[in-house]
Amino acid sequence: NFPQERQVEMAGRVAKFLISGARLAGVRHYSSDARTVTLIPGDGIGPEISAAVQKIFSAAEVPIVWEEVDVTPVKGPDGKFGIPPAAIDSVNRNGIGLKGPLMTPVGKGHRSLNLAIRKEFNLYANVRPCRSMEGYETLYRDVDVVTIRENTEGEYSGIEHEIVDGVVQSIKLITEPASRRVAEYAFQYARNNGRSKVTAVHKANIMRMSDGLFLRCCREAAERNPDIKFEEKYLDTVCLNMVQDPSKYDVLVMPNLYGDILSDLCAGLVGGLGLTPSGNIGEGGAVFESVHGTAPDIAGQDKANPTALLLSAVMMLRFMNLYNHATIIEQACFETIKEGNFRTGDLGGKAKCSEFTDEICRKIQERNG
Amino acid sequence: WCEAQHVLPFFSMASFTRSLCSFSRINLGLQGSRVLTQVPNLSSRRTFTASKPFPVAQYGGRFTVTMLPGDGIGPEMMGYVQNIFRYAGVPVDFEVIQITKNSTDDEFENAMICIRRNGVALKGSIESKYGNASSGSRNATLRTQLDLFANVLHCKTYPSIQSRHSDVDIIIIRENTEGEYSMLEHENVKGVIESMKIITRKGSERIARYAFEYAIRHGRKKVTAVHKANIMKLSDGLFLETCRSIAKEYPEIEFSDMIVDNTCMQLVARPQQFDVMVMPNLYGNVVSNVVCGLVGGPGLLSGRNYGEHFAVFEPGTRNTGASVAGRNIANPVAMLNSACDMLEHLDLQSHADLIRDAIDRTLNVDKIHTADLGGQATSLDVVQNIIHVIQANTKDSS
Repeated sequence: NFPQERQVEMAGRVAKFLISGARLAGVRHYSSDARTVTLIPGDGIGPEISAAVQKIFSAAEVPIVWEEVDVTPVKGPDGKFGIPPAAIDSVNRNGIGLKGPLMTPVGKGHRSLNLAIRKEFNLYANVRPCRSMEGYETLYRDVDVVTIRENTEGEYSGIEHEIVDGVVQSIKLITEPASRRVAEYAFQYARNNGRSKVTAVHKANIMRMSDGLFLRCCREAAERNPDIKFEEKYLDTVCLNMVQDPSKYDVLVMPNLYGDILSDLCAGLVGGLGLTPSGNIGEGGAVFESVHGTAPDIAGQDKANPTALLLSAVMMLRFMNLYNHATIIEQACFETIKEGNFRTGDLGGKAKCSEFTDEICRKIQERNG
Repeated sequence: WCEAQHVLPFFSMASFTRSLCSFSRINLGLQGSRVLTQVPNLSSRRTFTASKPFPVAQYGGRFTVTMLPGDGIGPEMMGYVQNIFRYAGVPVDFEVIQITKNSTDDEFENAMICIRRNGVALKGSIESKYGNASSGSRNATLRTQLDLFANVLHCKTYPSIQSRHSDVDIIIIRENTEGEYSMLEHENVKGVIESMKIITRKGSERIARYAFEYAIRHGRKKVTAVHKANIMKLSDGLFLETCRSIAKEYPEIEFSDMIVDNTCMQLVARPQQFDVMVMPNLYGNVVSNVVCGLVGGPGLLSGRNYGEHFAVFEPGTRNTGASVAGRNIANPVAMLNSACDMLEHLDLQSHADLIRDAIDRTLNVDKIHTADLGGQATSLDVVQNIIHVIQANTKDSS
């Protein structure tokens, strides 16, 4: 009875709902219910910035219930150190996690926790939006780039061997499913966040087959998403242009190693890792984190800057479709930094972490009336 | 300003000087070869450092150099080079070989033979057709076949070019033949492709020693190795370990190492902290493009590729410049700087100085800038200004 286009549209919406439901571990939720989110405070300044984020979220009345877990490695029954099963269950159940900075102790018997979390939840895309922040000016004023990096394979597959004494070979693995996944996600992200262009970064002139495959997957995804512009650029061209005119690029998608370098390059353009949010998207869930260190020298002194973790939490809200709350919190944060009265030490101010947090809460409450 | 002087690997030096010192019974093993660089110039710079003399085609006081215009802006730029060389009276004849993306393997082989015969080449960038996976990148194949193991880029801020950072003076020494550019790939299972990155101890030793020798030769204080050994423990670990062991032989040079992503962050924030940087192939690509961008773009810097027997000079960022080809807006300075480096390599210092001075005056005094530097001049404007300055200078001296 409905016209054909309506039927197709409705079918599309039902399909999208089913897929998103399946994506979030099959847990049915309604937007009025409070979602449970796993919180990993981390080490060093982790606990204080996590507390700051929780305070701001409750001031904004975000419908989220926090479930705090500790990921300090425990000895499993097989004698090997690993993430405690309670933490794994929590993230699997909730599907969403927010993580503070973790300290990776140097030593034997302990795998990198970040790597373990990534493998556990099959986090295949790392998303890092880098935007110039008004109030913390660097030499680059007009940066607004998002780097989406394939997170599971590529040069970081860890497959290395010594063929003969003095000759070492490291294998870079590129597979079609992984490339296709991350390319599709890039276009989806661009659409959901109002971005107009996706650039694939590659070195297919040298690594013809591997980067060639990645590029092919990106082109196919571009054909399926004709509303977003697509271009492909060599890695060296992107680096060259990025330091001269960052406004040329919008969303960048690339394999693992190039993504690592470029995302840190972009973070450097806007002021470093202390202000950059980061999200890891997986098939089983998503974990958002701050990528700076634990700063043990200022831990517990109320001097830390919670901006990175706060902006990662805002990314998390957008991922959960809570766009209104995300915008309100983000605006409050940017305005506080811009006004400059309550900046923390790393931004050149003298405010304490708690003062910065309170100012943001005040702005949110003013806004909400 | 003998900046183009490069140092050949120690073992060729060792054999030359070993024959000299055989009477004094000094045991010149690999470790002891360091002492040899302090031997004063016995003869001209070129022959003194090679075990076999460099094959440079020189006859009747004129040199023959291979010229590979390549694709994109290459042919235009090479035309300017030849024109300016005529006005400057440079005793160099070019043997021009057209290699483009459509050249056959035979034509490429002929080009290789030509470069081997002449010993020195000036090159534009050859575009790669990456549709089919059968042929490798011509540029990379050229470098591996001629064993041009060191790529040297000297990045210095120009006083009159607007850039966000000032006082940048970085030398990038990049391993040029192995690493990620080995072009060994295969598809074992459909949809799964493996690409090999090869790092050898011999390759790493060569480039590390080159970097330290270069630093000493040019009065540099610091060498930084750039790597990603926290993730690629065996391959970059080998590179880093080799650099560290070579660093021990040069205690007067400060050695440090930095992970590549941190390096990029530091470069955009505070590039003045770097002096000489040595790194494997792919990171070299990224870092050299970042630093070229910091200094003013792809139109200014020249890159030198050195091997034990051959030297090839090209613009630093190796772009084909396809988007600006044929429109008279490309910046010819990069190619002209490469040509000057080549002249210094051939020991034609006075001609090199003449042209460099003209370029300097055009950019900094007359301020004739092309579009990529924020100006409105055409390529021809720049070239003609350089020619005028050369004519003025040569008229005075005669």
